[in-house]
Amino acid sequence: METAESRTAGKILELENLRKVFGGVVAVDGISAGIDSGSVTSVIGPNGAGKTTVFNMITGFLAPTAGSIVYAGRPMKRLKPHHVASLGIARTFQNVRLFPRMSVLENVMVGRHLRSRSGMMASALLPPLLRREEKRIRREAADWLHFIGLGAHARDTAGSLPLGSQRMLEIARALALEPELLLLDEPAAGLNSRETLAMGEMIEKIRSRRITVVLVEHDMELVMEISDRVLVINFGRIIGDGTPEEVQENPDVIAAYLGE
Amino acid sequence: MQRRDLGGLIALILVVLATPAAIGNEYYLGVLIFTAFNCLACIGLCLLMGYAGQISLGHGAFVAIGAYAAGIFTVKLGWSPWGAMLAGAGITAVVAALVGVPTLRLKGHYLAMATLGFASIVHILAVATVDLTGGPSGILNIPRLCVFGFPLDSDIRFFYFSWAAVVLGLYLGFNLINSRVGRGLRALHGSEDAAASLGVSTAGYKIQVFVLSAVYASISGSLYAYYVNYIDPGPFGVMHSVLLVTMVAVGGMHKLWGAFTGAVLLSLLPELLSFASDYLHGLGIAYKSDYDILIYGAVLLIIMLFLPQGVFDGLGSAARRGRQIVRR
Repeated sequence: METAESRTAGKILELENLRKVFGGVVAVDGISAGIDSGSVTSVIGPNGAGKTTVFNMITGFLAPTAGSIVYAGRPMKRLKPHHVASLGIARTFQNVRLFPRMSVLENVMVGRHLRSRSGMMASALLPPLLRREEKRIRREAADWLHFIGLGAHARDTAGSLPLGSQRMLEIARALALEPELLLLDEPAAGLNSRETLAMGEMIEKIRSRRITVVLVEHDMELVMEISDRVLVINFGRIIGDGTPEEVQENPDVIAAYLGE
Repeated sequence: MQRRDLGGLIALILVVLATPAAIGNEYYLGVLIFTAFNCLACIGLCLLMGYAGQISLGHGAFVAIGAYAAGIFTVKLGWSPWGAMLAGAGITAVVAALVGVPTLRLKGHYLAMATLGFASIVHILAVATVDLTGGPSGILNIPRLCVFGFPLDSDIRFFYFSWAAVVLGLYLGFNLINSRVGRGLRALHGSEDAAASLGVSTAGYKIQVFVLSAVYASISGSLYAYYVNYIDPGPFGVMHSVLLVTMVAVGGMHKLWGAFTGAVLLSLLPELLSFASDYLHGLGIAYKSDYDILIYGAVLLIIMLFLPQGVFDGLGSAARRGRQIVRR
């Protein structure tokens, strides 16, 4: 039996009674969950169930109406997205958000933003002093591109990549942050079956780097294959929580999905 | 800085060095000096518009602050011209931060509205605070700038100095764009949410680049005051701000060279039009200078319709297409 303390120590993220109300609409209605460090957790549920809203609250894009988010033992209160990123939480977006006019490599270089320091004055006035840091950023970004398998496309314009590669690039960019927690919002949406398979393998590869992964996903095959744990949300509440097998047996979940 | 931009900068320096000998006419040298002022303001504005994706309709006001600081501190307080220019830049930075902090924290183009209002306030102040600015009659006898003991008392000297300032402005701009900070700016233009999710302080960066671009405008205003040695509120109306934005958009806001090209083109266009009117007179066609504005508008319309990326990129891709056809 685990003690309560060791359980808390193993949780990288804890949501307590999280709520979000937009006007009169309750999008998230009291969600409590703990995410184990180093695990892969999938959040599933019908459209409009509040999954992305939860992601947006964790990453500081939305302020919760009530409830709390504790990351690595620290409560996160009213933090801006860039501040959340600096704590080691990276994310991708449901509709891929690359920097389309920048090159593939430059996109990942932006991911190194927090791992480098030069400011505006120094950048304009003293570029020779920063050449070293610039070189380091470029090298590290290239490493992440190779990790994700886009090394050959470094010089292409990001907007010109096919969707599958764009999703991979968005993940490479998030990984360049060296996060402890990676939130993927529908990483397989719009991908064909071959690309989805590659995405599953990539998530395994990311997990093997001891990065905790939480994903929102609709592709059940992918979810059941890679997840340690599945959270099912409907109408802003958790209606199922367990291993992929447990969730598949859960009568509430089956009802929600079959629209009883 | 990228090699291509460095090459462009060196080419620009060579052209600048050769220009006075090539034209040898004080009047046109003067036109080119005014062109340099516009270039400087547009380079700063391009950093804001093209790289951070924000529009300021108040840069004419920052030019005015730079010019009036130069006039007031030297004439009324007896400061050195350099000190007055620095003071102007400092005041501009503070004022820009005061305008920018509340508006740039919001998403969207609130800055455009706030700066438009700001520009008219500054213009009204310049007209109304007679004790400080001299009101409509302005400030006379602004001293000349001295560089290493040489007074900039001839057009040739001022020409070289003002274009050196443009080259420096471009150089600093290119350094910035190709740095970590520049990547952050381009990123937030591409997607503000994505940039923020990677740790780029989007509001902070927008405010910083707005302040920087305002300082570019302020310095161009100070140089203007030291060149003409006399300022009044006339040139600093809201339309001047609009003109600067137009220059950047016409040239192409996504590249510093584009903004530069736009500033040069639109600064020289009135001169080209007066050439054209002389020519038409020679042909016996009565051309009135009132028509200038029509032609001006038509030129802008044509550029925006057919070269929406701006003249610089538009002509660049036309040249590439031409080369491909020739190769075939």
